[in-house]
Amino acid sequence: MSAVSDPATASPAASLFRRNLATFAENRLAVASAAILLGFVVMAVFAPWIAPQDPNETDLFRRLQPPAWMPGGEWAYLLGCDALGRDIFSRIIYGARISIFIGTVVVAVATVIGILAGLAAGYLRGWVDTLISRLIDILLGFPYLIFAIGLMAMMGPGLVNIILALVYKEWVIPARVVRGETLAVRELEYVEAARALGASRFHIMIREIMPNVLSAVLVVATIRMADVIILEASLSFLGLGVQPPTASWGSMVADGRAFILEAWWVSTFPGLAILTLVLVINVASQGLRDAFDPRFHE
Amino acid sequence: MGRFLERLLQLIPVLLGVSLIVFLMLALTPGDPVEIMIGDQNMTAEQEALLRSDLGLDRPLPERFLNFLGNAVQGDFGTSYFHRRPVSEVISERLPATIELSLVAMLIALATAIPLGVAAAIHKNTIIDRIATVGSLFGVSLPGFWFGILLLMLFAVHLRLLPVSGRIGFESEVPSVTGFLLIDTLLQGRFSAFLDALKHILLPAITLGLPMTAILTRVTRTAMLEVMRQDYVAFAEAKGISRRRILFRHALKNALIPTVSVAAIETGSLLGGNMIVETVFGWPGLGRLVVESIFVRNYPLVQAAVLLYAVTYVLMNFVADILYTVLNPRVKL
Repeated sequence: MSAVSDPATASPAASLFRRNLATFAENRLAVASAAILLGFVVMAVFAPWIAPQDPNETDLFRRLQPPAWMPGGEWAYLLGCDALGRDIFSRIIYGARISIFIGTVVVAVATVIGILAGLAAGYLRGWVDTLISRLIDILLGFPYLIFAIGLMAMMGPGLVNIILALVYKEWVIPARVVRGETLAVRELEYVEAARALGASRFHIMIREIMPNVLSAVLVVATIRMADVIILEASLSFLGLGVQPPTASWGSMVADGRAFILEAWWVSTFPGLAILTLVLVINVASQGLRDAFDPRFHE
Repeated sequence: MGRFLERLLQLIPVLLGVSLIVFLMLALTPGDPVEIMIGDQNMTAEQEALLRSDLGLDRPLPERFLNFLGNAVQGDFGTSYFHRRPVSEVISERLPATIELSLVAMLIALATAIPLGVAAAIHKNTIIDRIATVGSLFGVSLPGFWFGILLLMLFAVHLRLLPVSGRIGFESEVPSVTGFLLIDTLLQGRFSAFLDALKHILLPAITLGLPMTAILTRVTRTAMLEVMRQDYVAFAEAKGISRRRILFRHALKNALIPTVSVAAIETGSLLGGNMIVETVFGWPGLGRLVVESIFVRNYPLVQAAVLLYAVTYVLMNFVADILYTVLNPRVKL
């Protein structure tokens, strides 16, 4: 069985990877974005050590305290305080945990499901393909946010439910990519050879086909991360996301809505955090796609 | 024509599947609809049982689905727990506001994205192109709810140019004819009321249309660049036809094919965005009604609205597909 996996292909693949990485490294904007993204991840992981204040500690004496550089502000509360007197800067740092955690988990789980479903549909064909493809068509019939809102409305808010509501729909996107790639790859000679050598269907799907479709689906995964983060923020904004007092950027923007007359900073800074994170993910993932997806090689 | 029929037939399983999922969303929800309906009123166990059988909740799941489907086809989505009126009635009251907002958003998106995308393609690698590219990157990265709040702070609170919320000022209200205020005010010759309605719709429509604008700018730019590389454009140039004429008479016509069909597909972002934008701007449409209904656990309404949105989306995708084929004679129907 092991005769079909060819060690000779390993080194050209590695050098292709290195060449692609070099292409990515030349894209300065993408590299800078990746660096900022890393900064967000570090911020999320080490939030308890970085945040200057306790994100949930309320202090009514600091109700709607302005940012440090404005009259009435102080440097210990850099971006000011919300209506309960909580430090906005610290809540943004903690909020990164929710955005990045949900973004990563949803995309990771959806990608694994999508790869398996796409491989099965594309390689096994027949009723398996019909079933999976129909399900994909049906799920594509829902606008994403509507689907998620509908599910959250019925399941109720909460961290696990958001992840479920998003995964239920998200897996469709990698599944379609993998199915398409698998359909193309399954006819190639080396797969034919593996079949002739008597390799099992499972072996062919996982060991022979999957490595070839992986780069396409991983590029899609990084791009999807940005959308999933906006979706989570939108659900939290509507009050259907992570529940208070846990800091989530979307719900922080919602908190500030009532105070746009007197305290612009309450909504503005968390929104800026979402924009920055989503922007750097978009730029970095475009750079990845340009470097790693052969279809974008000129 | 065969392809058209084939696509039409493919709609059936998708619509059935969509309905099944929407049905299951509610049917499998923990919590008893009868208890929610009763609320804090006193009811005997017999009355409860009667209500349960009236609602068909004592039937097996497959039968309930068939009932749901049969009723839905006739526009019957049950009674809104909260309003104590038919769901379809409550929804149809709110629908014109949402449709009007979506149409204006789409119009703004098309009117911005097409010129911008064309200009970016014609002036590739210039400052115009940069602005269009960076602009559309921001457009897809901006969370709509936040962008809306920023616009409100700037134009309504700070500059006091535009109203903070609602569809029309109290003094400008007109009797409803079509339900679309921009049309109703004009029909009745109330120009100042029309301006008032326009002022109210501007910020929500811009916010709602932003992601669509961003995506359509990109699509138009790419399509235009693609077309400008074609042989027939070079041939027209060689024939000495003016560049302007080539671009607008020949290239643009073909470049708009993908733009139009992507616009139809992207109505999905408008439908989802409605809930957010209507919430931010206090727009009295269906989206806000749904969000409010979630919090009072008015499930039949949420269910009907989700189904309505999904069916609209499926049909828009179908239209996009057909438009693409009709506009592009190289793809045979």
